[in-house]
Amino acid sequence: MSMQFGDFKALDNVTLRVKAGSFHALLGENGAGKSTLVKCIMGFQAPTQGGLLVGRREARIKDPVDAQKLGLGMVYQHFTLVPSLTGKENLVIARADAPHVIDWRAETARLEEFLARMPFQAPLDRPVTDLSAGEKQRLEILKQLYLGSRFLILDEPTSVLTPNEADEVLTHVRALCQEGGLSVLMITHKFREVDQFADHVSVLRRGKLAGSARVGELSNAELTRMMIGEEFTPQETQRTKTGTHVMLNLRAASAPDQSGLKTIKIEDLKVHAGEILGIAGVSGNGQKDLMEILTGQKKLSTGAIEVDGKPYCANREESQAAQIRFVPEEPLQNACAARMSVAENLGFRNFDRTRNGGWKLLANKADLQAQGMRLIEEFNIKTTSAHSPVGVLSGGNVQRTVLARELSGDVKVLVVANPCFGLDVASVTAIRSRLIAARNRGVAVLLISEDLDEILELSDRLMVMYEGKVAFEAQTRQTTSSEVGTYMAGG
Amino acid sequence: MSDPADIGLWGVPLAMLGGAIRVSTPFLFVSLGECLTERSGRMNLGLEGTLIFGAMAGYAAAYHSGSAWFGVLAAGFAGMWFGLFHGWVCRFKGVNDIAMGIALMLLGMGLAFFFGKPYIQPVAPDLPAISLGWWSDIPQVEAALRVNVLFIIGAVLALAMAWMFRATRIGLKVRVVGDSTAAARAIGFNPDLVRLWSTAAGGALAGVGGAYLSLYYPGSWNEGISSGQGLMAIALVIFARWNPINCFWAALLFGGAGALGPALQSVGVSSGYYLFFAAPYILTLILLIATSSPDRALKGAPSELSITK
Repeated sequence: MSMQFGDFKALDNVTLRVKAGSFHALLGENGAGKSTLVKCIMGFQAPTQGGLLVGRREARIKDPVDAQKLGLGMVYQHFTLVPSLTGKENLVIARADAPHVIDWRAETARLEEFLARMPFQAPLDRPVTDLSAGEKQRLEILKQLYLGSRFLILDEPTSVLTPNEADEVLTHVRALCQEGGLSVLMITHKFREVDQFADHVSVLRRGKLAGSARVGELSNAELTRMMIGEEFTPQETQRTKTGTHVMLNLRAASAPDQSGLKTIKIEDLKVHAGEILGIAGVSGNGQKDLMEILTGQKKLSTGAIEVDGKPYCANREESQAAQIRFVPEEPLQNACAARMSVAENLGFRNFDRTRNGGWKLLANKADLQAQGMRLIEEFNIKTTSAHSPVGVLSGGNVQRTVLARELSGDVKVLVVANPCFGLDVASVTAIRSRLIAARNRGVAVLLISEDLDEILELSDRLMVMYEGKVAFEAQTRQTTSSEVGTYMAGG
Repeated sequence: MSDPADIGLWGVPLAMLGGAIRVSTPFLFVSLGECLTERSGRMNLGLEGTLIFGAMAGYAAAYHSGSAWFGVLAAGFAGMWFGLFHGWVCRFKGVNDIAMGIALMLLGMGLAFFFGKPYIQPVAPDLPAISLGWWSDIPQVEAALRVNVLFIIGAVLALAMAWMFRATRIGLKVRVVGDSTAAARAIGFNPDLVRLWSTAAGGALAGVGGAYLSLYYPGSWNEGISSGQGLMAIALVIFARWNPINCFWAALLFGGAGALGPALQSVGVSSGYYLFFAAPYILTLILLIATSSPDRALKGAPSELSITK
């Protein structure tokens, strides 16, 4: 199987060959053209030049349905299963030849027979919303196999899984490749997955193919250089000693979760000054609810929050008085007004305050502008001007904007959720070093993240949330990723 | 038929049951139509206008042709065109289906009043009813159990729609489109087309509901014929959690509330007359408040719906 692409804005003459039965990894920073490439393969976009060969024949793919007919399937980073439908319904309706009247008994029997031939399973009778991320991911892959895909594109398949789940899923996929029935192109950021599971690796950089090789021929350092174009040395971060003063204290807290059926229960959560407490866990285990409790979006049924020893009820006045700041996940939606300018977004915390903390009626445009320029400079936000709407910035720069706003002024507590999700390596490094710097200044940082590597790198102490409760707590240096992973999976 | 037997206060629940069956039919049709439309991810607030236009069109067609069933067909056909129009306009970028729905509601009412003027006086044939109370010799029971054919069709339709959503390709297609446009595209469905036809079918059902109003109960065409039933039926879909079977029960409940005033009047309770007539509106408010929550997202809501997005 080979593919050829011609030149066009996001992709510049990239040629990629995936051999039948191989597990091919595609590495690249955000914006390197990986998603454009796979979108062209799947028929979501038409390349301006170049073509696609499937087998040895020229293939014309106008839309994903054509791709499905040719046996090309894709598992997206954001799941495309229909949330309110059950697994079964999702599988059957995705088939091009789904019958007009569905005989569920016969379909169930056929599906069970199909599952019996597969190396891994997924629950079919529950609505997809009720499944864990790992189950969804397995179901996505099963769906593609059920639809008869022989070539599978996996878009960062493990970003939402625990390490153990990721290993399990990828091991099964690799086994299917080795049997010869399947070829895989996997988009990933993680070198570990490339080393462990892939046969071939290609690297994209700024729309060009930076290199391609068998796995093992190139070292990780060489791969990194190909990806970002320069030597990348992970810095050993300097850390000051953690204080003993409790800055954030959540006691005997409970609240209903999003469905209203289960409860979130946190007995005791303390973050000290100058400490990063990491909250690990597979998504959907109550981390979002914890964030909402702290931001005041969700009311506690019992328990209390204290900031710096004083009771705290999570409204704007109190959060300003207590100097607690937030960087929620997906900052463009949750912490920005996308159409307002960068300067205005940077001023959300203080546009209605005078310099000495009093109220004022009218926002001062010049002040906002000056503050915007200063923060853009200081936090290295790449924007055409302070007037451009924050919505047009790249993900990394949106995150820098939010961090700049939340970290300016005096801060005692910073609550951060998934700060680096979907960002490129350069932004990730910049944002992580900002967090460490804040910690070293004595800020108490609560880091909620689904990326275990991030937790292990940044936090001094970590907790694992599982089904709304704290399942495990340890000093980061005294634990291992596999131990944490076990607790993340409920073990 | 003998003199009304004296059954005392038992008359109230009995009259409410009969009223529920009689009054609920338009609720049932409009809510089934809205249920289908909303399941495909679109709101159609214009169904109130469609209902009224259907009532007028049905009445006019029945009067001219002499056949009540022809009137029902005509009302459904007119409703379908309203639905198609709504569906066609809403597929354009930047069109808000709620604003469009309100415009369509006013348009439907205006058109119905305009064309309906000549039909306020004449008398059109009625839809037939089936007597299910033959086993009883109490006239009130007989009266309560005189069930219109359209009610039975509506009940069957609710079951059929529930089955459709569960076990047919087309039903699953509607659900996929209503839940995730992206997933629908990935499967290869055309979300616009599915929504267009769901909206059209929803409009047709609302039109039929209107024909029931003018051809059976109250059984004549006038401008105040609907008194907001179309809008209440839309609220009812939310209360029924987008489930056709629940729509049926909710329609009965609303019908029963609507029959409370007349039922009390029939046993001689006349104080608070207007208050009892307001029962369905009060019920709408109470139910919507009681079934909502500030902390929790509406369960079962199609996630492509503009109000839940």
